[in-house]
Amino acid sequence: MADKKKADIGKVVREKDPKRRNENYNKYVKQVTPKNSLPKNMIAAFFVGGSICTLGQIFIKYYMYMGADEEMAKAYNTITLVFLSVFFTGFGVYQKLAKFGGAGTLVPITGFANSVAAPAVEYKKEGHVFGIGVNIFSIAGPVILYGIFSSWILGLIYYIFS
Amino acid sequence: MSNVVNKEVSKMKGKQSILFKNPPYIIAASSVAGKKEGEGPFGHLIDTVHEDVLLGKDTWEEAESEFMKEAVEKALSKAELKSEDIRYLLAGDLLGQLIATSFGIAELKIPFFGLFGACSTIGEAMSLGAILIDGNFADKVIAVTSSHFASAEKQFRFPLGYGNQRPYSASWTVTGSGGVVLSNQKGKKIEGATIRIRGITVGKIVDYGIKDTMNMGAAMAPAACDTIKVHLSDMGIEPTYYDKIITGDLGYVGSDILIDLLKEENIDISKNHMDCGKEIFDQESQDTHAGGSGCACAAITFASYVIKQLQDRKWKRVLLLPTGSLHSKVSYNEGNTMPGIAHGVVIEAEG
Repeated sequence: MADKKKADIGKVVREKDPKRRNENYNKYVKQVTPKNSLPKNMIAAFFVGGSICTLGQIFIKYYMYMGADEEMAKAYNTITLVFLSVFFTGFGVYQKLAKFGGAGTLVPITGFANSVAAPAVEYKKEGHVFGIGVNIFSIAGPVILYGIFSSWILGLIYYIFS
Repeated sequence: MSNVVNKEVSKMKGKQSILFKNPPYIIAASSVAGKKEGEGPFGHLIDTVHEDVLLGKDTWEEAESEFMKEAVEKALSKAELKSEDIRYLLAGDLLGQLIATSFGIAELKIPFFGLFGACSTIGEAMSLGAILIDGNFADKVIAVTSSHFASAEKQFRFPLGYGNQRPYSASWTVTGSGGVVLSNQKGKKIEGATIRIRGITVGKIVDYGIKDTMNMGAAMAPAACDTIKVHLSDMGIEPTYYDKIITGDLGYVGSDILIDLLKEENIDISKNHMDCGKEIFDQESQDTHAGGSGCACAAITFASYVIKQLQDRKWKRVLLLPTGSLHSKVSYNEGNTMPGIAHGVVIEAEG
């Protein structure tokens, strides 16, 4: 392993052509840069994401128990999860969970709520219009844009084939 | 390296270096930092540590300005000088248009050169400051830089509240400011050796095509390698001339790469290499992944830890090599690479 590393660095230092040298350097860097442990991250994401979704299911059951029909209960659940995410983002707690949970906090709707709440908090200092107004969707923007865009595409496909 | 007396002789040395005829004295150094840095391995050597990194201000940028202002005032008080005594101030930070610096030092009313060298700024500031003094263009100069975790995250990455995971190669921006007072005369009697800037090697931009902003060490290592190579050749010395060769913020990943790159050129710095990014935080307990970064990383490490080793005569000669990555959010989004630069400052203790 050490010899292979030496060979790779040699290819970087001795290469005269800058383009090839850069390619070799990138290959070498990829080798020597420590990577996050994928199994560890996947397990953490599974448990955290699963817990959030289980919590959501508990909320749905609870709202139905309180008298709402299924559709309304799902809506109430969404509101509750979004609220909790924004609440904990404001208190700096959500980020701590996200550091461990990774995709588990990102994928559920809580991740989207966090990505909107975070800039809202940060950019308050730059004013309501140019601070919060301009920046609030700086992270969630692509989600909104491409979510709507892809549903438009699917709608088009549906229209063509029906 | 002899002290040349003949004033006809040029001070240019080799390709990109300068050997000073009147090596400027570092008569004071100051460091002001945040809680995390204060809890680091040499936090006890930092002049002032603040628990609240907002410093009672409304914005992170204003807080960073305040850190720099405090660092300059601390340096002045340690040198027993007033701001009117300083001919020029050379300073910079990471923010767009250097707003942390400008707002921080405005009230001090010192004629000012604003500099941008990313995390290599303190090297650039000390180099230019030394040139001004050796050339008799100034008698006293302050070189200072700052960085702030929150303002840097906002500028380069994500709002603080955003929940994301940082890779192991990512670094942690140091919050605080570090500065030095350079003079053409020895300072008031202080305990310890006299510290002087013997020479400098100005870095060139070196880009080996790294595009990963979460791996800045890898982006900057080739620049550090280039400056070290040129420096040793310009000055005609071996790496063993120095007790320590101290890079700014290559971090754990970048340091290993630098040692590998140099070994391939038959230059071995593995025995005396040190990196400020590795030293300023405790990797395990402070969860700082690849290490510290930011303009203040090298500045604070030098002003608190390195200068003490020189004053206590534990080290006699060091090469301070702050490293910077000259990319921006825009250049990154537009698919560009991260060009690196590293400036070498030769600092020696005498007496």
